[in-house]
Amino acid sequence: MRQRLRRLRHPRGALPYLLLLPALALELLIHLVPMVVGIVMSFKQLTQFFIRDWSAAPWTGLGNYRMAVDFSAPVGQSLLNSFWTTCCFTVLSVGLSWLLGTAAAIYMQDAFRGRGILRALFLVPYALPVYAAVITWSFMFQRDTGLINHVLVDQLHLMDEKPFWLIGDNSFTALVVVSVWKSWPFAFLTLMAGLQNIPRELYEASSMDGAGVWQQIRKITLPSLRPVNQVLVLVLFLWTFNDFNTPYVLFGKSAPEAADLISIHIYQSSFVTWNFGVGSAMSVLLLLFLLLVTAVYLFLTSRRRDADA
Amino acid sequence: MPKAPVSPMAPPASFKWSRRVFLLLLSAFVLTPLFVMISSSMKPLQDVQGAFSWIPSSFTLQPYVDIWTTVPLGDYFVNSLIVSVSATALSVVIAIFAAYAVSRYRFRGRKLFTVTVLSTQMFPGILFLLPLFLIFVNIGNSTGIALLGSRGGLILTYLTFSLPFSIWMLVGYFDSIPRDLDEAAAVDGCGPLRTLLKIVVPAAVPGIVAVSVYAFMTAWGEVLFASVMTNQTTRTLAVGLQGYATQNNVYWNQVMAASLVVSIPVVAGFLLLQRYLVAGLTAGAVK
Repeated sequence: MRQRLRRLRHPRGALPYLLLLPALALELLIHLVPMVVGIVMSFKQLTQFFIRDWSAAPWTGLGNYRMAVDFSAPVGQSLLNSFWTTCCFTVLSVGLSWLLGTAAAIYMQDAFRGRGILRALFLVPYALPVYAAVITWSFMFQRDTGLINHVLVDQLHLMDEKPFWLIGDNSFTALVVVSVWKSWPFAFLTLMAGLQNIPRELYEASSMDGAGVWQQIRKITLPSLRPVNQVLVLVLFLWTFNDFNTPYVLFGKSAPEAADLISIHIYQSSFVTWNFGVGSAMSVLLLLFLLLVTAVYLFLTSRRRDADA
Repeated sequence: MPKAPVSPMAPPASFKWSRRVFLLLLSAFVLTPLFVMISSSMKPLQDVQGAFSWIPSSFTLQPYVDIWTTVPLGDYFVNSLIVSVSATALSVVIAIFAAYAVSRYRFRGRKLFTVTVLSTQMFPGILFLLPLFLIFVNIGNSTGIALLGSRGGLILTYLTFSLPFSIWMLVGYFDSIPRDLDEAAAVDGCGPLRTLLKIVVPAAVPGIVAVSVYAFMTAWGEVLFASVMTNQTTRTLAVGLQGYATQNNVYWNQVMAASLVVSIPVVAGFLLLQRYLVAGLTAGAVK
């Protein structure tokens, strides 16, 4: 029997590779080939004249990259603006989603009447198709017919004049609100799952020692959630930074300058101005940035984990 | 689902009060758009074109009738259904085999495979959109196979996010199934493939359900690829819903009714399968 077990763990031959074959073939087709093509594209002068046969487009070397990062020219300047907007948007949206998710998960850790219903309710924004949710928000943000201005101006009299929410500087606020609304339930769901892994003896022992609820949260709950948070924050960061659906449904093909997120900016430079070469160079730069941030993040969190151990 | 730990001491009043206030505000934040969606979908057109009102001036179900004729919503529904179901089924079936290999065997290249799958998950969709678009255009020009605008082409692009995600979640779930089960089956003379189909897959049903629901939900709500890769006849709900805006105005009551109609299947499915989803997430993501 020992022999058999060992064979199960270290099989000779091709079986694991056979099992992986379909996945490998598809990975090649949908990820590897497009990525290579994308990198090649970024070195070519790929304008609308070469869409039909992109391989015939002339090489431009680092020309597209130079154009993307030349911050004194319009293309580079607007890319830099968009990058900065995306950073601010991501920090705000991830921070607020995490805060709401943590507070809700901790407050709902203990049973109380109506807890089950509330939990189901809180998951609805997460379950709704993104476009259905964002379209509803865009209706609420309409200047003359929307709920937001009706409440702020007509009912609470906080403002004299009805502001525009979907154009101009306010569009950034609108974008953050919508993004938090649909992503905080994911934080809530993940953290609730994380709370279930905390042994209840910890709470029992600490309340014997006379610790109150707030102290327990600070000393037991939050530290125990740290490994969950490390994954959660990274996932939220990547999703939010790459988000295309929310700004696209809220603002359409060209977002207002104050809410011009990077993925919509690349989409706009590629499909509206038909310059795929520069668009690809921008996507490669975006990817490099995300890889760098992720690597630094993983390095810092794992070092901290080692220090804790 | 396991019960959350209950602190033996009753929480103090300060905790209870802050909890009430917080949960009340949060519920208002969550509920307001849902209320707007439902109430506006039952308003006559003049109501949604004037200043906002909490309560409809007159109650009507006409928008629910009109949504099907203003735009070909039925066609969009069918397109979304075909694309989402196919992408989900394809990625989950392929992921089951791949995840089994990764979870149960140690082989050369295992680490490379998992790292690749994990990292493609974080890549922005826009990175794949541009090359895939051009590849589809080129294939169409040189072979006459029109991938651009076809459902098959869209399904293929949806695999870019549903496949790595399914593999990643299922590896986590399979890891949580005790190996003793496999070993007992092997002792009974089951081959690896039979062990997978007769032992591991049945034990992993909650995880497989969770992954399928997530994959379906993401495909059903996808906007980026759908806006570029579809044409008049293959348009999905994500793109088609924008058709309620005419030159001069938007039929907001119909938009809200349509949004509600396309949301109900996924939300109902999600809430019904919630317990599996939380279990799947605990095993897959948290561990």
